[in-house]
Amino acid sequence: MMPGMRRLAAILEDFGRMIFFGFEAFAWAVRPPFRPELVLAQMAFIGAGSVFIVGVTGIFTGMVLALQMNYALRQFAAEGYVGGSVAFSLARELAPVLTALMVTGRAGSAIATELGTMRVTEQLDAMESMAVSPIQYLVVPRIVAAVTMVPLLTMVFDTLGYLGAWVMGIFVAGIPEGPFLEHTRGFLDPGDLLHGLLKALLFGGVIALISTWRGYAASGGARGVGEGTTRAVVTSSIAILVTDYAVTLVALGGRG
Amino acid sequence: MIEAIDLWKSFGDNHVLRGVSLRVAPGTTYVVLGGSGSGKTVLLKHVIGLLKPDRGSVRVGDAEISALEGRALTEARRSFGMVFQGAALFDSMTVLENVAFPLREKRRDVRLDEVRRRVVEKLAVVDLGEEVLDRYPAELSGGMRKRVALARALVSDPRVVLYDEPTTGLDPLTTDSVDQMIMAAKQRLGITSMVISHDVASAFKVADRLAVLYDGRLAAEGTPAQVRASTDPFVQRFLSTWFAKQ
Repeated sequence: MMPGMRRLAAILEDFGRMIFFGFEAFAWAVRPPFRPELVLAQMAFIGAGSVFIVGVTGIFTGMVLALQMNYALRQFAAEGYVGGSVAFSLARELAPVLTALMVTGRAGSAIATELGTMRVTEQLDAMESMAVSPIQYLVVPRIVAAVTMVPLLTMVFDTLGYLGAWVMGIFVAGIPEGPFLEHTRGFLDPGDLLHGLLKALLFGGVIALISTWRGYAASGGARGVGEGTTRAVVTSSIAILVTDYAVTLVALGGRG
Repeated sequence: MIEAIDLWKSFGDNHVLRGVSLRVAPGTTYVVLGGSGSGKTVLLKHVIGLLKPDRGSVRVGDAEISALEGRALTEARRSFGMVFQGAALFDSMTVLENVAFPLREKRRDVRLDEVRRRVVEKLAVVDLGEEVLDRYPAELSGGMRKRVALARALVSDPRVVLYDEPTTGLDPLTTDSVDQMIMAAKQRLGITSMVISHDVASAFKVADRLAVLYDGRLAAEGTPAQVRASTDPFVQRFLSTWFAKQ
């Protein structure tokens, strides 16, 4: 086999094993014993722990979007639409994608490193030898926490991003508050928010699956753990963007 | 108690086990000696069901480990404990939480003071006091970590304990104390032990029977005296590295 083909075969095999791992995690997730305390601890780490970075990213994204939109729309004397267009872009696109990328950098990398270290120091084997499934004990709580927390963080991003845009729009760009808010109401419907939250839910699953798998499948000591973490972050980031495109395409029915 | 019959295992072109058979009698300590890459750890992972043989079978007690899957395998594993090479303590948990882990996972309604009592009791078997309970693995010495790992393996009162290279990387004094700990577990609790090691000195000290694994096969097997008298060239060479010093 050519080296290129061999590499492709290895990538496909790894992908197949990850999907199988995902099914296994799902099977363990619906089987007792349930461990709510572990899920809560992961929710605190992935969710509460990411509020600061997601919030800061949200505020600045909202502020910069408001300035850019104001600059563009002012040329058509349409600056009253700044609030609406910022809210629309945040809700459908920027909030879920940027939140997911931030969570990948902060929590995804930590998950891959922690599980990878546990793998190479035989802690996962030890757990299995004590009749406890590492997938059920370690992987499931992380997936459940990510799937629930990324949408909540996206709401934080939406809220703070809009707040940032409001401050910039009203106090810096001098847009009258009435049209700013009025056009937001007219522009944004609940479906847009739901569209963004659905994406966030999928992104949460993608991040958790890839990061836990890269840790779980790590081998070869500290170097292997490092490589696993890098691959977790790179693959998750790409997967988020690809999923985003696919969901948008399906949701818009190919109308673009 | 532990019986391996004609075990074969390959990873690609690498034939790690090529027909290994052995039997560990109840209440005795059996040591498998071998160099690096001889397949010792692979053999041990078959005994605990972490790996499946290509051919042959493994029985522990009444259970045919090599034929079990899923929940049945999980249940069968409850009857044995394992001490990993690097101790494999959970580094996010204290000593108390580490040793209590198998207990709490086995019966989730077990009371906290009962858990603590049993943890303290098993730490005493390995000569550790209550002062280590709240320490994290990173705060312990290598020898202490091995002891905690054994306490964790013993806490659910297993009939069988498996040791993967228990003395690797330890200084002579700590090695001696780990040997004492293995013998104490056998004498005080009547446990059946299987030890995987390349440490000839400690193997001859703790073993009731031992085997030398070479190239995927047992090059010698028997009591320490029988193995010592083996005429197999590899066995002679392997043992001479230590006996020559005596």
